[in-house]
Amino acid sequence: MSSRSGLPAQAAVHAFSAFGIVAQTAATFAGLLLITFLIGRVLPIDPVLAAVGERASADVYEKVRVELGLNLPLHVQFWNYAVKVLHGDLGRSVLTANPVLTDIRRVFPATLELATLGTLIGVLLGVPIGVVAAARRGGFIDRVARVFALFGYSVPIFWLGLMGLLLFYARLGWVLGPGRIDVAYDEVVAPLTGALLVDSALRGEWEVFRNALGHIVLPAAVLGWLSLAYISRMTRSFLLAELGEEYVTTARVKGLSEWRVIVRHALRNALVPLVTVIALSYATLLEGSVLTETVFAWPGLGMYITNSLLSADMNAVLGGTLVVGCVFIGLNLLSDLVYRLVDPRVR
Amino acid sequence: MRRFFIALLVCAAGARAETPKDTVVMAKPIDDMISLDPAESFEFSGSELVDNLYDRLIGYDVKDVEKLFGELAESWSVAADGKTYTFKIRPSVRFHSGNPVTAEDAAFSFRRAVVLNKTPAFILTQFGFTEGNVAQRIRAPDPRTLVIETEKAVAPSFFYYALTAVVGSVVDSKLVKEHAKGDDFGNAWLKTNEAGSGPFKLRSWRANESYTLDSNAEWYRGAPKIKRLVARHVVEPATQRLLLEKGDVDYARSLTKDQLDAISRNKDLAIDQGNKGSILYVGLNQRNPILAKPEVREALKWLVDYDAIEKNILAGRFVKHQTFLPRGFLGAIDEMPYKLDVKKAKALLAKAGYPDGFSLTVDVESASPFTDVAQALQASWALGGVKASLIASDGKQLLTKYRARNHEAVIYRWGPDYQDPHTNAEAFAMNYDNRDDAKSKTVAWRNSWDIPDFTRRAGEAALEQDTKKRAAIYEQLQREHLKVAPFVILFQEIEVAARRKNVDGFIIGPNFGTNFYYAIAKK
Repeated sequence: MSSRSGLPAQAAVHAFSAFGIVAQTAATFAGLLLITFLIGRVLPIDPVLAAVGERASADVYEKVRVELGLNLPLHVQFWNYAVKVLHGDLGRSVLTANPVLTDIRRVFPATLELATLGTLIGVLLGVPIGVVAAARRGGFIDRVARVFALFGYSVPIFWLGLMGLLLFYARLGWVLGPGRIDVAYDEVVAPLTGALLVDSALRGEWEVFRNALGHIVLPAAVLGWLSLAYISRMTRSFLLAELGEEYVTTARVKGLSEWRVIVRHALRNALVPLVTVIALSYATLLEGSVLTETVFAWPGLGMYITNSLLSADMNAVLGGTLVVGCVFIGLNLLSDLVYRLVDPRVR
Repeated sequence: MRRFFIALLVCAAGARAETPKDTVVMAKPIDDMISLDPAESFEFSGSELVDNLYDRLIGYDVKDVEKLFGELAESWSVAADGKTYTFKIRPSVRFHSGNPVTAEDAAFSFRRAVVLNKTPAFILTQFGFTEGNVAQRIRAPDPRTLVIETEKAVAPSFFYYALTAVVGSVVDSKLVKEHAKGDDFGNAWLKTNEAGSGPFKLRSWRANESYTLDSNAEWYRGAPKIKRLVARHVVEPATQRLLLEKGDVDYARSLTKDQLDAISRNKDLAIDQGNKGSILYVGLNQRNPILAKPEVREALKWLVDYDAIEKNILAGRFVKHQTFLPRGFLGAIDEMPYKLDVKKAKALLAKAGYPDGFSLTVDVESASPFTDVAQALQASWALGGVKASLIASDGKQLLTKYRARNHEAVIYRWGPDYQDPHTNAEAFAMNYDNRDDAKSKTVAWRNSWDIPDFTRRAGEAALEQDTKKRAAIYEQLQREHLKVAPFVILFQEIEVAARRKNVDGFIIGPNFGTNFYYAIAKK
């Protein structure tokens, strides 16, 4: 009896919960749009001048002001923009003359590729380093890991990038230079996803793949170091907290080996908060690391948004912001899903 | 972990590829490029690219700018009335599309620029063309004859030089009309495409990333020596230098002084230079009652160590220059009376009523070398008791403030729009209307300098038919301007391109629209 009446009730709760998530997401987007829009309007940069240049006559200036809709009241400008966005039209960028969506389709895969590889490096190296540092707390490895992480945190990424180029590209010749691909391989692979590594692999163009990999290794390693520094320290901290718990003592008393205690018991529980840390770190890299992109001449989302912002190209800024917002919300949802996998209590 | 990292590096090292032999690669910032339409393009990078995609009716020798030569025009003449110009179009020239170049294409190009009325349109409309009269004043009576009638009889050289600007590029009217939407004259399409007849064809343009050009084997002056040119968007000068030294690019176009010093010691690299028409100056807003005093303006000119700034900050990038016409222009004079003279400056300040100096703010773009120059000025002005507070901001932000006349002093750069002295004379010595809502916002207007007499005389100079008399008027104007103007004119720009020694032939002209790739050869 109870199970029969419980099923519809449970479905209703799920539906209500899903509706809540959708409503919350929509409200976040609306707020994001409004705030970015307002920030764009209070910037001390005239978007018309940014578009027409300093030599434009008064007639040209006025014509472009009307074309951009800047003669309308602020709330009307926002409403017009929001309606367009709801119809899937992010407008046209003044700077690139392209639809913003086209621009984002071009620059976002470059950032996605770089950030994903950077995060992979950060996770694959950072988690083990954090585990070893926690297991050997106060020991030599812990101290080295601390210095390594401190370096990653505190050294300006701009400098790190330049030094990396100087050593690994200019002196040792281990990696290829700035940019995503050599001129000789440019446009060899027709874009599928926009991510060169993925596209070249899917098309079986292994020469292009190797070349693209040679270009991405260094910027990804630089970003990876930043990510690694954060992830390794947080792993260590979460793991140390778990190692002080009673269930760990119980496991030890039961005679389990120390590594089994750490990896099978403590780390598993430390993974729960660590998922959030990794997701946040990934999201930060996906926003685009402007300085890394500048040093490595990497045409990504960070440079796109920054250039647009400095030119008051608001369609591009708002479009980019929406993408970043999507990334954060998407990663939040993803980390929720991963929670369910690693934490039985949430299932 | 270690193995993983080493495997990545080894994999990458094995994929090394040099730039192809028939391709030249340049590293330069191209993020200012917003349109490839000659009727709209007015930025440095855009002008350079458009000039290599299109031909104009006439051009000038970049080594001796007084020598005009025909590009698409085989010959040209001006009637006795001084207003009617006739151009004979070169036969058998074809656009990249294969369509023949005709006088109607030239007429269409100029008419669309006037009607579209984008930023560079003023270069044509200053001769009296309007949307209403342009069809009648610019016409092609036959496929090889173009007739243009100006409103007034102006100095012919003024008109010819205006036609050498990017806005004077001839577009393929048939192709453009095919892509026109509504009354846009194909503007939306031409923003990202081309319809030219120039030495290169556009293969691709990815905004803020790169542009790639293929040579036009059918170009009327002969095919370029290289097959392809790629310009990569590289902002950071240090990155440009590394790419050049490793041979991954053939040209690095925006290196700093220190990097150029290092490049000059590298036996595999060389440096090309060319005088640009751009001028670096300090504008003094005349709304500020202190700066409005003639003695103060002059004192500030004596409080600059021009030689030290050139030697220590700008060597190889700018040279000392103090008049509004850059070297290479008709009527330019090489007079530089000002140097650092603290005693003289203090005497002038005392005469103005400021024996202990005064305070002012100086706006400057937060980019090299402008901030370095600003700091040097701050130090030397302090010798006379002038306490300058620097306000560094982004270029677009600074322009917004400058155009609103909200500055006190500003360090800014001005580049001529075309190769005639009127472009700079109008900017620095003409102010048609000093009210805030004035239609024309010249540099003199931006600094609230109300100068009816200068405005009249500079306007008359543009109409003078006799070239020698015209040059004399500009010379006289500059001498007076030098003494009284609220501008501390500091330096003239030199454009520098560092290159690998196996590549040569890049032509650096005096204008940003006269940097040509067609003579580049690679060994």
